[in-house]
Amino acid sequence: MQLRTEPFVLNIGPVHPSTHGVFRMRATLDGEVVVDLEPVFGYLHRGIEKLAEERTYSGVIPLTDRLDYVASITNNLAYVLAVEKLAGITVPERAEYIRVITSEMQRIAAHLVSVGSFLNDAGAYFTPFLYMYRERENIVDLFDMLCGQRLLYSYMRIGGVSQDLPDEFLPALRKFIPHMRSRINEYDWLLKENEILLARAKGVGILPRETAISIGASGPVLRGCGVKWDLRKADPYSIYDRFEFDIPTGIQGDCYDRYRVRVEEMRQSLRILEQAVEQIPAGEIRGDVPQLVRPPAGEAYAHVEGPTGEVGFHVVSDGSIAPYRCHIRAPSLMNLTALKDMIVGWKVQDLILIFGSFAITMGEVDR
Amino acid sequence: MTTSLLTTEVAKQINEHLPGAVVETTDAAILVNGNSLLDVADFFKNTAGLDFDYLTTITAVDYYQYFEVIYLFVSMEHNHSLVVKARCSRENPSLPSLVSLWRSADHQEREIYDLMGITFEGHPNMKRIVLWPEFQGHPLRKDYL
Repeated sequence: MQLRTEPFVLNIGPVHPSTHGVFRMRATLDGEVVVDLEPVFGYLHRGIEKLAEERTYSGVIPLTDRLDYVASITNNLAYVLAVEKLAGITVPERAEYIRVITSEMQRIAAHLVSVGSFLNDAGAYFTPFLYMYRERENIVDLFDMLCGQRLLYSYMRIGGVSQDLPDEFLPALRKFIPHMRSRINEYDWLLKENEILLARAKGVGILPRETAISIGASGPVLRGCGVKWDLRKADPYSIYDRFEFDIPTGIQGDCYDRYRVRVEEMRQSLRILEQAVEQIPAGEIRGDVPQLVRPPAGEAYAHVEGPTGEVGFHVVSDGSIAPYRCHIRAPSLMNLTALKDMIVGWKVQDLILIFGSFAITMGEVDR
Repeated sequence: MTTSLLTTEVAKQINEHLPGAVVETTDAAILVNGNSLLDVADFFKNTAGLDFDYLTTITAVDYYQYFEVIYLFVSMEHNHSLVVKARCSRENPSLPSLVSLWRSADHQEREIYDLMGITFEGHPNMKRIVLWPEFQGHPLRKDYL
């Protein structure tokens, strides 16, 4: 005898601990199984693209912090790269190194948050989360030393960075790298073959390779499907072509693969940091850029590999002091395109885990 | 390094297959006729040598007289990219949807519809994405406010 239940609509969010911000999912359930899902966006829409049109080019930088607020440095970088491309500004060598160092620190910090909250969603309540945040604290302290900010750095400037590294920064970073490496090894040893994590995440929420490319997925979500595509290698920006590192990829694109890719990426970021700290030259940290940048009329698109994927800015100039149009390519929004396909057929508790494995930030999805 | 394809060469290829589709070619982009956008996109995706499998970005700009929609195509196989533009009038802001070819157009076209007010014909779910359904107007238009 087959038991049939009536479809039941379960509203998850917008305010719910596992939605990583304010996101709403309208799930239709048959018993415990999800049969339909409708994502509802927009609860954090602040109209950043419109706000950017009435500010000077430098004035937009603080807005970019508020996109993916756990990775504000990479957002800053994508924006200033677009403006520099548009205005033809070159960046001094030392500033390029500082940009790479801060971007990789930011990647580790953001992945720690992603991994911690993913394990939270998997049911390991707050223990991994606490330790990940403890390690992240070291990076936040380094940023504090650098620019006096702990979350929204606004550290990049058009043509360079806002201030030089303080004397105590590089010694502290040198100490941090081996410390972080041993911590990643320790957590990985505890979690990699953890039976509960394997049972919950392996084979769950598979995103096929073709679908991932079709939906424009990027970052660990794309690489988890086995696609070797990282903008730091595929289209090197800044000075990423000078460093040696690998692109970790997953095998089948399930939640576990996405988690593994993030852990491996932290190791690779440490490798880049190690090389950058050794190579960084002395010199200027900002090119000769006027206070009020007026790029010639035209348009430019620049992208960087952020912790969630390809962060891109399409900036259109009409020759005035404010951007005529500033479009933001948000990787989280694109990654969520196939959310329904991935969740339908799984149970409610898997829904939370699959959604958590994307590690989205709502500030970026809604803008 | 992702190489930008030479727009003149691609425009020549398009003209051979779809005469009249290309309106204008600049160094940075190819401007195509809105009516043949879907055919051009199909040609991009299914032509050996082009193989654009990844639609990175779609965005729209309001130039008062017309709207310009900008598409950035990337081929992961060959690691090359191309910018294509299409225009539509203010009176009839509508273009064909590319969701049938690349699903990444789904959320992006909805966003353009929401904020810029351009309708994409053939989109399976053409409704507002970040603003609420009752919202009046399209905020990213230059005449809003």
